[in-house]
Amino acid sequence: MSVAVETEAPEDRSEQPTTALRRTGDWARRAPLLPALIFTIIVTQLPFVATLVISFMNWNAYYPDERGFAGFGNFRRVFTDANMLQSVVTTIVLTVAVVIVSLVLGLVIALLLDRKFFGRGAVRTMMITPFLIVPVAAALLWKHALFNPTYGLLNGTINAIWKLFGQGNAPQPDWLTNNPLIAVEVALIWQWTPFMMLILLAGLQSRPLDVIEAARIDGATSWEIFRYMTFPHLRQYLELGGLLGSIYIVQNFDAVFTITSGGLGTANLPYTIYQVFYTAHDYGRASAAGVVVVIGTIAIATLALRTVSSLFREENAR
Amino acid sequence: MTITERTPARAAAADAEAVRKPKRNISTFWFGLLAWIIGILFVLPVLWMVLTSFHTENDAATNPPSIAAPLTVQGYREFFNSGASPWPAIANSLTASILSTLLVLLFAIPAAYALSIRPVRKWTDVLFFFLSTKMLPVVAGLLPLYLFAQKVGLLDNIWLLIVFYTSMNLPIAVWMMRSFLAEVPVEMLEAAAVDGAGLIRSLRSVVMPVVLPGIAATSLICFIFSWNELLFARVLTATRAQTAPVFLTGFVTSQGLFLAKVCAAAVVISLPVIIAGFAAQDKLVQGLSMGAVK
Repeated sequence: MSVAVETEAPEDRSEQPTTALRRTGDWARRAPLLPALIFTIIVTQLPFVATLVISFMNWNAYYPDERGFAGFGNFRRVFTDANMLQSVVTTIVLTVAVVIVSLVLGLVIALLLDRKFFGRGAVRTMMITPFLIVPVAAALLWKHALFNPTYGLLNGTINAIWKLFGQGNAPQPDWLTNNPLIAVEVALIWQWTPFMMLILLAGLQSRPLDVIEAARIDGATSWEIFRYMTFPHLRQYLELGGLLGSIYIVQNFDAVFTITSGGLGTANLPYTIYQVFYTAHDYGRASAAGVVVVIGTIAIATLALRTVSSLFREENAR
Repeated sequence: MTITERTPARAAAADAEAVRKPKRNISTFWFGLLAWIIGILFVLPVLWMVLTSFHTENDAATNPPSIAAPLTVQGYREFFNSGASPWPAIANSLTASILSTLLVLLFAIPAAYALSIRPVRKWTDVLFFFLSTKMLPVVAGLLPLYLFAQKVGLLDNIWLLIVFYTSMNLPIAVWMMRSFLAEVPVEMLEAAAVDGAGLIRSLRSVVMPVVLPGIAATSLICFIFSWNELLFARVLTATRAQTAPVFLTGFVTSQGLFLAKVCAAAVVISLPVIIAGFAAQDKLVQGLSMGAVK
């Protein structure tokens, strides 16, 4: 899939006299690009074409004799299946919650880290660490070492505080059973806030400080500077962080698979597709669901590309 | 942003800092404290994981938590010795991550060159094409790849993962390498050409010094993403070619719940990424922000 964007490439090819010569020049320039381009087209685009084809077929590995054309049957089943619809809702809720919370947290932390203070480098290192933990390991960590109702750190801390004040029985909620989706979200927010923080920190550090200093000298308050100068400058970084985050979190599999195995209403679309394909072996239906996800993502991706292309226009305009 | 624009901004930043300093000491203290508190909260789960991994199973599973319990490497010993050894999975992950990263660089650097220093026509469209492949959910392409692998007998084969990881990381790498190559001042290339430097020589003495940190950042990010990948590794590999994350999920289900051992396993499998990430922290920050923003 490619999305057309109307940005004109700068024409810097100059004194090349004849068309034949120019053509060889063009190909010499394109040559280094071709291996990557051809490889990408074969490995990423062909599977999607195949998915599209299979989505219109009856194809269940358990019933090999019934393979054939299904028309829109698989799509109808996708849109009438309660589980599938539930997982669409779950995907949206999960993505929106994780992206918004980690963006806001990331912004606050980036603003703090943009200031000079004792041990700034150490705090940045601490902040990056969650991003460096293998996602499966992070999910296991949250599930077993933190959320576990009998010996997880959360309930352990509550218990320790209760004991400190000499009280009786501390409340020991079963986090995963009571709020499974929130539990998954918390683990994901913990992993994604550093990513947002990094992007926003880069944005903050690319602000033109001389202009801000001029505003300060002219008597602008910190809030005014944030509201009218920092925030507009950060807007595109916020959008970009949000859109990149959405693209990754819509696809999240590791956390859902590890923390709840898709139980208790936490199955998102990738997990559901994985199940339909890997457990139920219903290839047609899994592909149809995949196509639906692709269409949904194209909507986000188009927005994302528009944002990125506005960044490019800025770069070209400089 | 080009190099020439950056210097005055930096100088202004330094000036601004000097002007700002005297009157902002108190709020600086409180904001610094707040940053420390948040930083510690974020790193705490990781510290807890490491601490638990060095406890005995009994001390790991107490409530309230036993922070001062004696330390032991029992969890690690059992992770490496009990049942299936994790070494083959770790070796598979290293092979897949390193080889796919090398392949990515092999494809991405020439492509990025064609998109930045002497850009082909419509270079933005090409760049967007690469990026758009990254925006498609991988789960939708999983089934055909699985069926294809089944047909040609490539299931449970590490090379299939290497090819897939290469395609997964190539768009990001092209994207990042382009922004790093765009930092190479064209004037310097032209000056080198005027002085009679050939392509190889100008690549080595003008382009390489500017781009080397970028190559490091790109490699690091490709390595991390390949090392972390679970979904494809789980579907496309079984026993021979399984990777470390797949081993980790299987390890937990087959062992039941032994908290110290699970934490030890999580630490071991995260370790290569953590070491690489800490060692190249600045490059990681630079690479991520550049790849994402520029």
